[in-house]
Amino acid sequence: MRSLIDILELTTQEIDELIDKANDIIANPAKYSEKCRGKKLATLFFEPSTRTRLSFEAAMYELGGNVLGFSEAQSSSSAKGESVADTIRTVSCYADIIAMRHPKEGAPLVATMKSRVPIINAGDGGHNHPTQTLTDLLTIKRKKGRLNNFTIGFCGDLKFGRTVHSLIGALSRYENIKIILISPDELRVPEYIKEEVLDKKNIEYREVSSLDEVMPELDILYMTRVQKERFFNEADYLRLKDSYILTPEKLFSAKADLSILHPLPRVNEISVAVDDDPRACYFDQVLNGKYVRMALIMKLLGVR
Amino acid sequence: MILSPIDNGIVLDHIKPGGGFELYNILKLGELKCQVALILNATSLKMGKKDIIKIAEPIELDLDVIGYIDPGVTVNVVKDGKVVKRTHIEAPELVKGVIKCKNPRCITSTEQELVQMFKLTDREKGVYRCMYCESKAK
Repeated sequence: MRSLIDILELTTQEIDELIDKANDIIANPAKYSEKCRGKKLATLFFEPSTRTRLSFEAAMYELGGNVLGFSEAQSSSSAKGESVADTIRTVSCYADIIAMRHPKEGAPLVATMKSRVPIINAGDGGHNHPTQTLTDLLTIKRKKGRLNNFTIGFCGDLKFGRTVHSLIGALSRYENIKIILISPDELRVPEYIKEEVLDKKNIEYREVSSLDEVMPELDILYMTRVQKERFFNEADYLRLKDSYILTPEKLFSAKADLSILHPLPRVNEISVAVDDDPRACYFDQVLNGKYVRMALIMKLLGVR
Repeated sequence: MILSPIDNGIVLDHIKPGGGFELYNILKLGELKCQVALILNATSLKMGKKDIIKIAEPIELDLDVIGYIDPGVTVNVVKDGKVVKRTHIEAPELVKGVIKCKNPRCITSTEQELVQMFKLTDREKGVYRCMYCESKAK
C-alpha cells in the first residue's frame, strides 16, 4: 500500500508518468469515467479549502467513484478531542483512499501509521503540499514543455508557504534549475529547506527582497499569499501582508514568455488586472489540479 | 586519583569531557541501587581529557540514547574483571522518545501521546530532525 506525504516519495520517473497520465486524461476524459467505479474517497479537511478539496472530489466523481468526508474540524469528532490516529482508524474502515488536510505539521504521517488505506497529504500546516506540487509541475510542463533549464522566482511568504517547500524539493531533482527566493527577512525559506535540499543538491539559489530587480531574469514567477492563519501575532501579519503586489506595471520588465503561477487563494498579491495577461497561469493550475489528482488517485488505488 | 576496577558491570569510556553528567542524568543512573562512579576530566592519551562512568552491575543501556548524546563513547562490558565486549557507539539513524520537538506547529505539540521520533539527516554535523515536521532538534 502506497501513500503520498512528501513529493520526494515519488521518483522523477513516477512524476513523469503522472504528468503523462494527466495529459492523457485531459485529451481523453471519457476513457477514465469508470476507472474508480465502486471506490470511495474520503476527504478529511481539518482546515478550510476550496480548490484542493473540491478538485479531489471532482477528480473522484470524474473517475466514476464516490466521496465522503468533512470540510472542517468542527463538523468531526476532532472537535470533541478525538486524535488524528483514532479518526483515521475509523475513516479507513469506510473509504478506499483518504485525502487529508490538517493545520499541524506531520499529521498525515501520523495517519499513515494507523491507516488501512492510502493517505494523500492535502496540506499539513506550513510543511508540505505534494498534490499542489504535482499540479504546479503539470502546469509548468504544459506551458514550458520541460521541467529543466529555467529560472524560477518564489515570491512572498516562503517561510510558511508549504507549496513552495514541496515545489523546491521536487525541482531540486531536475537539471539546471536556478531559484531566486524573494521575500521579506521574516518570511525567508526555513533553514531545513536550505540545508537539506538546496545546499545538499548544489542548487544555484539566492535570497533577495526586491521583486523588481530580478523580474527580467525569471522564466517562472511563483507568487504566494502571506497567510494570516500561520501567524500567532496579528501585528506581524498586518506588517507583512502587503510586501509584494504584482501589477501590470511590474511586469513591464518581465520576459514575454514568463509564466506566472500562484497556488491560490490570492488576497491582493496579484492585481486582478494581471488576470488577462497571457502570462498568467494560475487558473490553468486550478484545472490541472483536478486532472493530476485523478492520475494520482488511480495510481495509489492500483487502477490502470 | 585512583578508582578500583569493577568486577562485573559496564564502563562508559571516552565520554567527551563535561558530557558525563548529562549521560548520567539521561540514562537515569542515579536511580540504580548499585555503585556508580562518575569521573570527570580523567587524563586520556587519545582525547587529552575525558569523562568515564563505571556501573558495578550488568544493566541494559539504551545505546541509541548514548549515541545521540555522544557518538564517540565506548561501552565496555566487564565480567569477572575482564572486558568481554567492547562497543564503539555511533550516532543512531533514529532516536525515539528522547528529544522533544519544540515546533509549536508540529502534530506532537497537540497529540502528546505520539512517540517523539528524530532521524539523523547529517551524520557529519550530527543534525537530527523531527520525523513529523522536520524541525531541527535543539
